[in-house]
Order: sequence, then structure tokens, then C-alpha cells
Amino acid sequence: MAFNIYLCGVGGQGIGLLAASLAQAAARAGLPARACDTHGLAQRGGVVSSHIRLGADALTPLVPEGEADLVLALERLEALRGAAQYLKPGGRVLYYDTAYQPVSVRAAQAHYPTVEEVKKEVEEMGGQAEAVKAGEMRDPRMQNAALLGRVAALGLIPGIPAATIEEILAEMAPPAALEENLAIFRAARAQ
Amino acid sequence: MLSLAELMTNREGFGAFVMGNHALARAMAEAGTAVITSYPGSPTPEIAEALQAPPEKSRPYHFEFAANEKVALEIAAGASLNGHPSAVFFKSVGLNVAADSLIQLPLMELPGGMVIILGDDPGANSSQNEQDNRWFARMSYMPLFEPATPAEAYVMYKEAAELARERRAPVLLRLTTHVCHARENVKFSELPPAHDWTPRFDAAAGPYVPITSSVFPLKRRALEKLDAWAFYGEKSPLTSVYKASQPAAGRRLGLISSGLPALCALEAVRNAGAPVDVLKLGLTYPLPAVLVSEFLAEHDEVYVLEELDRVLEGELKALAYDKGLACRIHARKGHGELMGELSPERARACLAGVWPKLFPAPERARREAPAPRLPQMCPGCGHRSAFHAIKRALPPGAITVGDIGCHSLGYLPPYNMGEVLFSMGHSVSTASGLALGNSARKVVAFVGDSTFFHAGMPGLVNAAWRDSDITLVLLDNGTTAMTGHQPRPGNGELGERLNLPAILGDLGVKFVRECDAYDQAKLDAQLKEAMEYKGFAVVIARHPCMLKFMRERRRANPALQAQHAVIDQAKCARHYVCAAEFACPSFIRHEDGSVTVNNELCIGDGSCIQTCPAQAIGRDK
Ligand SMILES: Cc1ncc(C[n+]2csc(CCOP(=O)(O)OP(=O)(O)O)c2C)c(N)n1
Repeated sequence: MAFNIYLCGVGGQGIGLLAASLAQAAARAGLPARACDTHGLAQRGGVVSSHIRLGADALTPLVPEGEADLVLALERLEALRGAAQYLKPGGRVLYYDTAYQPVSVRAAQAHYPTVEEVKKEVEEMGGQAEAVKAGEMRDPRMQNAALLGRVAALGLIPGIPAATIEEILAEMAPPAALEENLAIFRAARAQ
Repeated sequence: MLSLAELMTNREGFGAFVMGNHALARAMAEAGTAVITSYPGSPTPEIAEALQAPPEKSRPYHFEFAANEKVALEIAAGASLNGHPSAVFFKSVGLNVAADSLIQLPLMELPGGMVIILGDDPGANSSQNEQDNRWFARMSYMPLFEPATPAEAYVMYKEAAELARERRAPVLLRLTTHVCHARENVKFSELPPAHDWTPRFDAAAGPYVPITSSVFPLKRRALEKLDAWAFYGEKSPLTSVYKASQPAAGRRLGLISSGLPALCALEAVRNAGAPVDVLKLGLTYPLPAVLVSEFLAEHDEVYVLEELDRVLEGELKALAYDKGLACRIHARKGHGELMGELSPERARACLAGVWPKLFPAPERARREAPAPRLPQMCPGCGHRSAFHAIKRALPPGAITVGDIGCHSLGYLPPYNMGEVLFSMGHSVSTASGLALGNSARKVVAFVGDSTFFHAGMPGLVNAAWRDSDITLVLLDNGTTAMTGHQPRPGNGELGERLNLPAILGDLGVKFVRECDAYDQAKLDAQLKEAMEYKGFAVVIARHPCMLKFMRERRRANPALQAQHAVIDQAKCARHYVCAAEFACPSFIRHEDGSVTVNNELCIGDGSCIQTCPAQAIGRDK
């Protein structure tokens, strides 16, 4: 059976780097991998997602609904949305704990979930959720590196060693932000 | 890690984990395609991203973004007339714009060959419809190749380009969104020697002018070429048959499909362990009749699994009828199955409709989705400022006509503006029609600057000519923002900066005003004046795309620290104009009713400051 990873966040958070790093790390680790971005360039401030499938029996690139072994999210509400749609019972959710309110919440028409609510709802789905939080960052897109660090530390993806993730991050991070990204990654990995 | 520039210029073969669009760009270089053109549109812009990665001098091809898809297609066709292998790519609906010239190409001898790449979008992930361009192959007598994966896109492009050149013909290569954006390992080959740019156009190779007497010889030649493509299809290496691991115990079952839907079907068949053989076509038009009839003859029942329209189904049924085959042909039923993108699960559900025992439904708990998150304009977007002013200036009962671009998002809450939208550049003319015989309700149209040059100009010329009683707000952010900041004519990035008010004046527009969208008081006054004006009035609401602007600033100065807006809690009177009406995503509304600023999102543009009725918004530095 393929190992399915569903990644999601809000347009502008730089999910591309997160998804590309993990997919490249899988390829470098020699795993049969397929990946797919579903957002194109046009999802200003909306939901964005990427899919990664590891294993020879995954012929298509999109993770089937309700069959993600791992949901990685860059934002709290999106973690819940991703889990509701994609998580399989027994799966894990790891998300960076930042909150971007959608219009409906800002207009007081909808509720924004708390960390505890996300944890509880994911448990009701038969899964397990963990929030990641790091200190102040110059550029919030570096939250990607913190999330990658936790993925590496927890060994959440079978067959991808932590060192490979770090190696790929070092190659893919924008040169001007390389040192900061690596520092954030290592701190999260050591946590 | 291989950079995109290396992907395009490595002379030797290599393997890499890449996106379909990037694999396709490499295929163009390997095939010796000399001229490549495009107009941006999802899902294809990343092809250009790769093509443009190496510096211009080290590119073994000429690439350009044209003003629209028709222009792009004609440039590529012109190059092919000179013997230069060429390619053009655009999104699904781009074909509608290019169609007037595209339909002529199969009638012509194109010595360089030409590949027309269509980025179709089943599921309308980023398009205004999910039109199925497979029909167009039939209408124009053009062969159609349909890859399912990045590796296939690479292989099929090279095959299509070589055959197109041999046959001096245009070829359609149809990708869909999740072929363009999928990533996998692809094995690449070496680059060819440098291209010979001798212009070889020869009118005698034509005729190239379809006046009445030459239309029939031209059409005959196109039909003969189509027969030759069918002949190729019988032996094409791009066809695959996947035999079921265990043969059927009773009736022999098969499935015919193509592209990504074929892989969805195969995954569904393997997941279910169903005894169904799968025939996956690479060249899907013209249909390889012998090969397909043999598959039909070898099975008692065959399911034709398509995505979107029923195109192959009718042709297969006709074939079976003509050949007197007993095979029972199944296909999708009901409107639901004719809409949206296929997935392995949807494929399973389709197949379960005829073979329920073989394809049982998986069990899955229904879960509730949390608060929706619709796309919205970025923090600091000038379109938001423009809509904020327009909403206040509109007279009661006004009709607003939207157009395509980031500003289409004005339709969503809380602005709800731009209530009609057909296609790129439609807004001015649709508004002109809405204004006919209508003195009761003001009609206001919006258009973006790239769209103005793409297809908006004819409508605008017409409105000026007829002095339509409408107001047009030209939302000028200096770029083609929605598709990823491609240059547009006249913004000074390439060539001359054009003076929009002067152009409008020359086109005969008598009322032209211009203002920075951030200047709410001035914009408000100009809009009111325009809407009261009897006749065609244009207001140019200008502000650079702040996403592009901030990216450029950060690139120039990585240590840049953005300023932020701050709310003076003592002054805040909880009107919520900032959070819910102006609705910049940077505002946070807390459960206790207070409002603060999310510094991760705020870019310190200050466009919100003027909109607070309590003047409670300031800056932190
Ligand atoms: C015929 C056609 N070609 C291309 C597209 C893809 N497309 C969607 S939005 C857009 C850009 C519009 O740019 P502009 O008018 O400047 O508006 P902006 O996004 O900058 O606000 C394009 C090219 C399309 N929808 N239809």
C-alpha cells in the first residue's frame, strides 16, 4: 500500500517549498514517488494543497480522500480541514500553529478552532494531531522549515531519513535565507 | 539539486524528479523546437518558468509571451512556415481565442512542424469552465496526443514534434491540470546541435491562401494526412495494454481510456483486484480502428471510461456497429459522471455502476468541514482599495460587470462586485449591451490591464465609437498578476512604456481619469464624476501589484523589515470596517470583539488607514 501525504495551507505560505522538499527527499531516498501541486499560481489567500504518494502501487498523483497517512498543514484551520477530508483512521496530523482568519470569521459568521478543538476533533476521526510552534521569524515562510524539522525528528515518513530531509532543505532553501532555515530546522529537529 | 536553468541547458542525458510542465520544457529543447510562444494561463505557466530559467543568450530556442493566444499561435505558425520547428502553449479556454487561425493550420503545409499544447482543466481548478478540447481535434482534422504523466508528456512531445516535422503538420498535445503539475522521475536525453535559422518560406509549397478554388485541395490534403495519422496510431509505441493479473472466470471484461483517467481506472481495477484488461490510448484521434476493434472483439464487455464529454464513446460504438462486433460497450451515465475530474475512487464508482460486485464501495465516515476559506485579494492589493471606493460610489441599482484576473475575486464577499463574467475582455462590450435602452440603472465594468491588451481593446474601441453610456474602471496593476506576473505589453519591462490615458484618448474615449487606487478621496471623486457623465467614461485605478512589488523589494534587500499597521485600542470603535468591509486578510477579530493586526500578513502598505471611520489605524514605525 502506498504511503500518502496530504499537505495544505493558505496561499502565500510557501507550501511549494515544503512539498517539493519532501518529494525530492523521497526521490533521493530511492522511494518510488509521485507528487502533485493542486493550487497552480492562482489561489490568492485561498486553500492550497499538495499531494505526495510513496510506493509503486500509486499510479496517480492525488491522495484519495480519507486515505492520507499523514496530513501536514501550515495553518491551524487548514489542518482541521485537511484532516476532515483526507486523514485515514490511525493517521497523523502535524501542523504549524499559526492562525489566518478567513473572511467569514472576521465577519463573525464562523468560528475559528482552538488548538484543543483541533486535537479533540482529530482524535474523534481516529487520528492524532500535534501543533508545532517556533519563535519569531523574519519571514513567516520559514515556518516550513520548523515543520520539516518536526517531521524529521518524529520519523513520520517511513523510508526517508532525517539527514536526507536536511540535505534537501539545504539545497532548496533560497540562498539568502539558507542559514536561518537550517537553524530553524535543526532547532525543531532537536526539540 | 538540479536548477531549472540546468534542466534546460544540460547537454547530456540525466534523470530528475520534475513537474510535468518542466519535463515538457526540456522535451522542447531536446526536440530542437526553435520557436515557442504562449499567453499565460493555468495550468501551463510553469512551462514558461523553465523556458525562461536560462539567460536569454544560452537558450537554444526563442521564447516569448504574446499579447494573447491567437497572436502566440500565429507567431509559432509563422516560424514553422520558415521551416523552424515551433510550439505554442496555453490554457483550455485560450484555444477559443486562438481558434480562428488554429482551425486553418491543418489545411497548410508547415515545414517546421508545430505542436499546439493545450492545458485542459477538468474540475475547473483554475478556469471559468471545464471545456473538453478533444472535440477540437475532430473539428480541425488534427491528431491528438494525450499523456498521463510527466514522463509521458516528455516522451509524447518528442514523438509529436518529430512526426509533425516529418509530416509538415500541426499536432495537438493535450495535458490536463494534474499531468502538468504532477511530479515524478523522468529520464532525459542529450540536446541536439544548434538550430539553423535560414528562413525557408516557399509560397510554392502551398497554396497558403484559402480562396475558394484552393479550399478543396487543401481540405483533401488535410483529410489524407489524417488517414496517415490513423495508420501511425495502429503501431504507435504510445499505446499500452495492461492485462488483468487473473483472467475473468466468466465474461471477458475490458476498459478503454486515455491520459490520467486511464491510470485512475487502472488503479481502481488493481485496488479491487478486478479481472478487467485496460487499453490505454496515447494517440486518441484519429482512433486506431484496427487495434481498437481487436480489443473490442477480444472482450465480451468493454467500459469506455472518459473524463468530461462523451467523445470516444460514440466513436467506439460506431466502430463496433460497423464491424458487427458483439461486444457490449458500457459508458458513464447521468450528468454527475459527465462533470468534474476523475480520481481512482470516481473511476471505481463509475465501474460499480455496471459491475457492482467487482467494485464494492469502500466504507468511509462522513466528516463535517470547518469554516470555508475562499480566495481573497492579497494584503495591500490595489484592487481592494478600488473596490472599496467603487462600492461607496455606485448609485443604487447599478449593474457591475466583472472580468478575468485577480479582481474577479471582487465578486466574493464582502465586496460582491462584478456580477457577470463570460470570458477575458468581455466586460466592456457586455456592459455596452446592458446599457442599451437602459437609463434607469448605471452599468459599471471592470477590466485588468493585461486583459485590456489581450481581448479588451476591440470592445473598448466599440464603446468609444458608439459612446456607450457606461463607466469602465481599468484596474491597472502593471502586470498579469493572477497567472504569476508575466509581463504585459507596454508596462516597460520589455520595450516601451505605453501611456494608457493617451492610448484611450487616441481610441476616441472622451472621459479619461486616472488615479492611484490608494488615494480613496480622489478615486471616490473621479468615480462619482464618471458615473454621472453621460457616455463612455474610463477611470484608471492604478497601483502596482503589491505581491510582486514586495517580492522584488525582499529580493533586493533580504533583511527588509516590513512596517505594520497597528490599531489604537483606545480609539477603536468596533465598526469592523477594516476586518469585514475593507476586509484585508491581515486583521484578526478576537472572540472578545477586539481587532488586532496579524504581523505575519501585514505588509505595512497602509491602504487601510484611510478606511477607518474612527481613525484608529496607524503604523508601528
Ligand atoms: C482566454 C484566457 N486566457 C488566459 C486566461 C488565464 N488568466 C486568468 S487571469 C489572467 C490575468 C489577467 O491579468 P490582468 O487582466 O492584468 O488582471 P490581474 O490578474 O493582474 O488583476 C489570465 C491570463 C483566461 N482565463 N482566459
